[in-house]
Amino acid sequence: MTNASMDSAPMKGSLTTVDARTKKRNAAEKRFRLYGIVAILIGLFFLVVLAVSILRSGIPAFTQAEVRLEFTMTQEQFDDAESQLLKTKAYQDLFIAALQSELEAKGLDVEFDGEAIERLLGKTGSTIREYFKENPDQIGTPVTFNLAASSRVDGYFKGRVSRDTLVDSRFLEVSDLDLVDALADAGIIVQAFNWNFITGSDSGVDNPGGAGIGVSVIGSFFMMLVVLALSLPIGVAASIYLEEFAPQNWFTDLIEVNISNLAAVPSIVFGILGLAVFIQFMHLPQSAPLVGGLVLTLMTLPTIIISTRASLKAVPPSIREAALGVGASKMQTVFHHVLPLAAPGILTGTIIGLAQALGETAPLLLIGMVGFIARAYPEGVVSGFIDPNSAMPAQIYTWAARADAGFYEKAWGGIIILLIFLLTMNLIAIILRRRFERRW
Amino acid sequence: MPLLWLFLLVLAIALAAFVLARSRVLAMSGQDRRTLHSLPNYYGSNAAMKSAIPALLVLVVWLIAQPFYVNSVVSDAIPDSAIADTSSRSLLLAEVRRAADGIDLAVSAGAMTEAEARDPDADVETMTATLTEAGAIVTSQITQSVLSAAQQFRVLNDTGYRIMTIAVLLIAAAGAFWGIKETRPDFRARNVVEQGIRVLLIAAASIAILTTLGIVLSLVFNTVEFFRLYPASDFFFGTNWAPSFSGRGGASDLGILPLLWGTFYISIVALVVAVPVGLFSAIYLSEYASPKVRAFAKPMLEVLAGIPTIVYGLFALLTVGPLLVSVFGDEGLGWMQAGTAVMTAGLVMGIMLIPFVSSLSDDIINAVPQAMRDGSYGLGATQSETIRQVVLPAALPGIVGAILLAASRAIGETMIVVLGAGAAARLSLNPFDAMTTVTAKIVSQLTGDSDFASPEALVAFALGMTLFVITLGLNVFALYIVRKYREQYE
Repeated sequence: MTNASMDSAPMKGSLTTVDARTKKRNAAEKRFRLYGIVAILIGLFFLVVLAVSILRSGIPAFTQAEVRLEFTMTQEQFDDAESQLLKTKAYQDLFIAALQSELEAKGLDVEFDGEAIERLLGKTGSTIREYFKENPDQIGTPVTFNLAASSRVDGYFKGRVSRDTLVDSRFLEVSDLDLVDALADAGIIVQAFNWNFITGSDSGVDNPGGAGIGVSVIGSFFMMLVVLALSLPIGVAASIYLEEFAPQNWFTDLIEVNISNLAAVPSIVFGILGLAVFIQFMHLPQSAPLVGGLVLTLMTLPTIIISTRASLKAVPPSIREAALGVGASKMQTVFHHVLPLAAPGILTGTIIGLAQALGETAPLLLIGMVGFIARAYPEGVVSGFIDPNSAMPAQIYTWAARADAGFYEKAWGGIIILLIFLLTMNLIAIILRRRFERRW
Repeated sequence: MPLLWLFLLVLAIALAAFVLARSRVLAMSGQDRRTLHSLPNYYGSNAAMKSAIPALLVLVVWLIAQPFYVNSVVSDAIPDSAIADTSSRSLLLAEVRRAADGIDLAVSAGAMTEAEARDPDADVETMTATLTEAGAIVTSQITQSVLSAAQQFRVLNDTGYRIMTIAVLLIAAAGAFWGIKETRPDFRARNVVEQGIRVLLIAAASIAILTTLGIVLSLVFNTVEFFRLYPASDFFFGTNWAPSFSGRGGASDLGILPLLWGTFYISIVALVVAVPVGLFSAIYLSEYASPKVRAFAKPMLEVLAGIPTIVYGLFALLTVGPLLVSVFGDEGLGWMQAGTAVMTAGLVMGIMLIPFVSSLSDDIINAVPQAMRDGSYGLGATQSETIRQVVLPAALPGIVGAILLAASRAIGETMIVVLGAGAAARLSLNPFDAMTTVTAKIVSQLTGDSDFASPEALVAFALGMTLFVITLGLNVFALYIVRKYREQYE
C-alpha cells in the first residue's frame, strides 16, 4: 500500500508555490462563487427595477393639474345669466372674462376662446352654475374654484404629451398649449394632490383623469371580510382536527392529499369553480364581493391550514401532557391550552393568507368583478356584500387593458395603493411574530 | 334581508336554550355543584348546539335545493310551443327569472300591489309597461307564457321560503326543547358536546375534499357538455384557434394545440430565466454567504414572491415590453413587432419564479448533512467541487421536484400572460412573436359572459380541465420524484 505512493515520482516544486492545476482549481472556485453573487445581484436588480418603475410611473397618478381661480359672481351677473337662453354659455363667458382679467393683471396676453377652455377644463359653465345654484349666499363674495384640467393637459405637465407628439383633435390642439403655458406661468394652473384618485370611482373609457380607485378598495374590503370570517374558523378547525384528533386512516390521507394539491392548483381554476358552482349552480349574484370572497376563501384555505398546522405542531407536547395529567379532556387541552399558545402563529399565517388573497386577480375576472363595474359606492353593509363591485387588482387590470395611455398612470398608481395595503398587512404579521412568538 | 333575520332568530333561540339549560341544571343540583357530571356551561352548550346546528343545516340544504325544485316545476309548466322562438329552455328560464325579479322590484318599489303581481289574468302589455317604469330590466315584450311562468315562479318561491322559515324555526325550537329536557345533573353533557365539536372539526376538514370535488365536477360536466357541441378530436388535435364571437353563427375553430404551444414556450423561457438564477442564488446563500448577507438577501429575494401577479403583468406590458421592442424591434434588430410577446411574458414570469426556485432549493441544499461536505473537504476538494460533486447530486431529486413545481406554477400563471403575451394564438418558433396561452384564453372566453350554452364559452371549461390535469400531473410527478429518489440520512 505504502509502496505504491513511494514508487511514483516525487512531486516537484513545494507547497508554497502554486502549481498550474491548483491555480485552475482555484480559478474555478472563484468563478463558481462569482456565479452565485451574480445570480443574487440579478434577482436584486430585478427587484430594484420593479420598485423604481412602479414608483416613477405611479406617483404622478397622485397629482393632478388643476386651474385655481378666484371668481366673484355679482347678483346682476347671476340674474342676467339665468335669464339667458344658453345659461351655461353665459357662465362660461363670465369665467373666461375673469380668467382674462386675471391674466392681464399678471401682465400676460394670450388669445383664447370658449372652445379652448372647454378642451382644457371641460364644461366649466355648468360647474359654476351648479355651485351658485346650490349656494346662493355665496353670490357677491369671492369664491376660489379648483377645476381639474383634462387628462391631456395633465399629461402635458407630466411629460406624457408634448408639443411634438400632440395631434390636433377635439380633445386638445397644439395652440392650446400656449394658453396652458401662460396659465402655468401665471400660477393659475397648479399641481394639486389628486384626492379623487383615492376616493373616486372608475370613469368612462375616454376620461382617464376622473378615474379613482376608492370604490374598488371598498369592494376588496368587503371581500376580505368574507375571506376572514370564513377561512379563519374553517382553517383553524380543519387544522385542529388534522393535527390533534385525526386517526391514521384513508380518510385522513385523502384530506391531506387534497389540501396539498389544492395549494398548487392554479388560481384561475378556482375562478372556474366559482363561476360554475356559485353563479351557474347556486345563482348567487354575479360580480358580488360575497362570491369573490367565497372563491378567495377556498383559495386561501390551504395556505392557512398549512401555517396553522405548523404553529400547532410547534406547541411542545409537554403542555398537552400536563393538561391531560391534571384531568382535562382532549378537547379542553386543545382549546384551553394549545390553541391560545398557537394563536400568534395562526394570526400571522392568516394575515399572510389574506394578503395573498388581496392581490389575486384572475378568479375575480371570471366571476365578473371587472373594473368598469365599480361605478358607485355601496349603500349599506348588505349591499356592500351583494351589489356588483370590483376589487383593487381587477380595477388595475381594467385600466391596464384600456387603450388610452392616461389609464396606465392610474394603473401604476393603483398598484402603489395595493402594495401599501400588502406592505401594511405583512408588516403587522412580522410585528406580531416578533412580539408574541415563543420558542420552547 | 329576511334570511339574515331568520339566521339571527335561530341564534337567539340557541342562546335562550343555553341560558335555560344552564340555569335548569344549576337549580337541579341545588347548592352542591359537585353532583353535576360536567361544568354547567356544557349543559347550556349541549342545548344550544342541538337547537342551532340541525336548524342551520336544514336552512342551507333548503336554500340549495329549493331553486332546483322550483326550476323543474316551472320548466315543466312551460309549453313546448313557447320555447320555439327563444331557442332553448334554459334561456327561457333565465328570462322567467328576470321577469320574476322585475316583478319583485316593482312590488317593493310600490309600483304594483301584491295582488296585481299575482293576478293570473294580468294584461301582458300593462305588466311590461309597469315593470319598465319601475326600472326593472326586462326584455321589451314579455310573452304570456313567460309572465304566467314568472308568476308561478314567484308563488312557488314565496311558499317555499315561508315553509322553510317555519320548518327552520320549528326545528330550532324542538332542538332547544330536547336539549333542555335531557338536562339532568347526571347527564354526560361534556362528552356529548365534545362529540359534537369533533363532528364540526371533521366537517371543516372535509371542505378540502368538497372543494376538489367541486372543481372536478364543474370541470367535467361542462367539458362533457362542450364535447357534445364540438368534437373532442378537433379540440385536442386542431392547430387553429379562431373562435367566432359569442356563438353568433359561423363555425369556430377551437384547437388547443396553439394554446398549449404558447403555454409551454412561455413556461420554458420563464424556467430558463428562473432556474439558473434561482439555483445559483440558493447555492450561494446556503454555502457561501455570511449570516449577514443571508439575512439581507434572502428576504429581499422573497419579496419578489409576495408581489401580486397583476403587478408583474403591468410590469411586462408597460416596462419590459417597450424595452424589448427598443432593442429587438424594428429600430433595433427587427425581430419583434409589438411589446407583447413570448419573450416579454417569459422573462417577467421568470423573475416571478426566481424566489420560488431559490427558497425551495435552499431548503433542500440545507438538508444535505454537513458530514458529507466534511468528508469531501477532507479528501482535498475545494468548496465548489464539493458542491458540484457531492451536495448537488445529493440534492438533485429535491431540486428537480422544485423545478417541476415551478413549471406547474408557470403553466397556471394567468395575469402575466394576459397582459404580456398578446392575444394571437399561433404556432411559431420565434420567441419575439405574440402568442397566447391556455389561461389567457380561459379569461377571454369567460369574462363578461353569463350564457354558458355556446361552445365558445364552454371551451373555457375544457381548457380549464386540460390545465387542471397538466398541473396536477406535474405536482404529483414532482412529489413522486422527491419521495422515490430522496436520499435517506439518519
